[in-house]
Amino acid sequence: MAGTAEEASSPGNAPDAETLKRHYTDMLLIRRFEEKAGQLYGMGLIGGFCHLYIGQEAVVVGLQACAEEGDQVVTSYRDHGHMLACGMEPKGVMAELTGREGGYSRGKGGSMHMFSAEKAFYGGHGIVGAQVPIGAGLAFANRYRKNGRVSFTYFGDGAANQGQVYETFNMAALWDLPVVFVIENNQYAMGTAQARSTSTPALYTRGEAFGIPGEEVDGMDVLKVKDAGMRAVEHCRGGQGPYILEVKTYRYRGHSMSDPAKYRTREEVSRMRESRDPIEGLRKLMLELGHLDDAGFKEIDKAVRAQVNDAAQFAQESPEPDASELWTDVYA
Amino acid sequence: MPTMRYAEALNAALREEMARDEAVFVFGEDVGTYGGVFKVTKGLMEEFEGRVLDTPISEQALTAMAVSAAMTGTRPVLEIMYADFMPLTLDALINQASVFSYVWEGQVEMPFVLRTQGGGGVGTGAQHAKSLDGLVAQVPGLKVVAPVTPADAKGLLKAAIRDPGPVIFLEHKLLYNTRGDVPDGDETTEIGRARTVREGTDVSIFATSRMVLEAEKAAEALAAEGVFAEVIDLRTLRPLDLGAVVGSISRTHHAVVVNEGWGFCGYAAELSATVMDHAFDQLDAPVMRVAIPDMPIPYSEPLETQVIPDAGRIAAAARRALA
Ligand SMILES: Cc1ncc(C[n+]2csc(CCOP(=O)(O)OP(=O)(O)O)c2C)c(N)n1
Ligand SMILES: [Mg+2]
Repeated sequence: MAGTAEEASSPGNAPDAETLKRHYTDMLLIRRFEEKAGQLYGMGLIGGFCHLYIGQEAVVVGLQACAEEGDQVVTSYRDHGHMLACGMEPKGVMAELTGREGGYSRGKGGSMHMFSAEKAFYGGHGIVGAQVPIGAGLAFANRYRKNGRVSFTYFGDGAANQGQVYETFNMAALWDLPVVFVIENNQYAMGTAQARSTSTPALYTRGEAFGIPGEEVDGMDVLKVKDAGMRAVEHCRGGQGPYILEVKTYRYRGHSMSDPAKYRTREEVSRMRESRDPIEGLRKLMLELGHLDDAGFKEIDKAVRAQVNDAAQFAQESPEPDASELWTDVYA
Repeated sequence: MPTMRYAEALNAALREEMARDEAVFVFGEDVGTYGGVFKVTKGLMEEFEGRVLDTPISEQALTAMAVSAAMTGTRPVLEIMYADFMPLTLDALINQASVFSYVWEGQVEMPFVLRTQGGGGVGTGAQHAKSLDGLVAQVPGLKVVAPVTPADAKGLLKAAIRDPGPVIFLEHKLLYNTRGDVPDGDETTEIGRARTVREGTDVSIFATSRMVLEAEKAAEALAAEGVFAEVIDLRTLRPLDLGAVVGSISRTHHAVVVNEGWGFCGYAAELSATVMDHAFDQLDAPVMRVAIPDMPIPYSEPLETQVIPDAGRIAAAARRALA
């Protein structure tokens, strides 16, 4: 739940109406985009894997609010929300989901494998945990070039058990790399609840042995995420090395579209949706603060839906890639 | 003989071997509560208390742990969810599993099985659709099997679990729902023995895993043209059943090799070279190779379809061999 009206309106802690509206719109875009992707998957227009980000929107939106132009983002296969938050075009993302020429990878990558050099989005990675050293490598280059950029490296609670994460922590700390490790703890790795795979559940403490500070963050509240993100980014940009944010969040849908999610109860999911939803939480706060009325929210919703419908239409009308695409870019 | 799905046949093999031998245990990501992402381990956790473990996502350490646990005489069966994740296991396979028996002068056995599944055809893309058979089949000391029928899925898994050394067990995501007769009772399929799927006189098609099904379709199409192809399912990629390979070529004098991995330096490349080494005198034409072209697996369905070998490409290769 977003902070109370009092908290938010206390001095220094009161984001202006425009900022809140932007966060709200960004989260809503991800939500509606993902709902549409789910529909297109159901219609057979998207194949293979499709991992939806619904429920986790506040994480990437809160953190991107702390990023500056040129800061990099790298994440797992659950990447649609990150791409949208990085400013990548919904049309290009959706068309990649449908495997069309107009997609970011011209249909060769699919849901898990998209990149944008322009937006400094470094993928979309299907090998669990592999993006962690990739994120540190970006930070290494930032430091090498002294360009002041920060790398936002996202991974899951499940990925946190891969060995390469700890090799990376050590080097990131050793060389003071400007990387924010964002652990999106949605409590499940596929069908495995965190407690069943993890000896010590407090993932934000995983950097202690390496001297990396960490915080636990409420990932269902975009303002709290942003707040913590600001501290992390200041630390990294200030040359003090890496920072860990364990962001507690929840995915409403199955691991991927093919997951019946029998490993958790319906009640657990609906409890989260009803009491902790990040979009609904921010909406309530904005209403309380009088920033926007129902008509205002309807307008946002309408605009977002139009954008998503355009993307879906583009993704269905864009042609299949030409066979000659098979042979392009095999070598760099 | 009951008919079973491939996944059920594997499940039956695990169940029977766990019942037969206390030393057998099963571990891997989501193999317990979830029953395996392809349902191969369904129900085993409930049935064999403490012997089916859900693991963290830690493939490299898991594989090395299978190696050493096996050296003490337990019989681990490790599931690696996708063959594409095998690169994470390779240090344990290449630098440990393949070496220890040799340098320890046979003081220890190493009875573990690494089960995984590969292959494309359902849009899973560049990191979830590969067949990396060649990568593991290259390594001395590892046995590598790849059943295509439910009967062999069961028979080979039982044999692999009982084998004194490391066995890499390659399944295919498109085979789990295929059905076939599976013999009742304690039948194993001998490791190292190929199977003649269809006899023929004009050309030998050697195929692995799901490619055997495509080779059968190709043989059907060729038969309609009056060309009689012999289809051999290798079943074991290493050690290769050289007798069956050479025997078939000495009857047909033409060979096509088919594997769903990359062609260049892949399993098909090795097979083709081995055929030249051992049956050159018998060949009337160069060996034809059908494999994945030199590129990552694309996501787009029309693109992926062009990349995965199929009956059409196999038949075309056979025609070229005979031209
Ligand atoms: C190296 C590797 N092992 C296993 C998998 C299969 N797999 C894909 S996602 C996943 C769970 C990851 O969970 P988590 O890191 O918590 O991320 P979430 O899906 O919750 O976002 C697993 C086991 C994989 N893709 N790569
Ligand atoms: Mg998770």
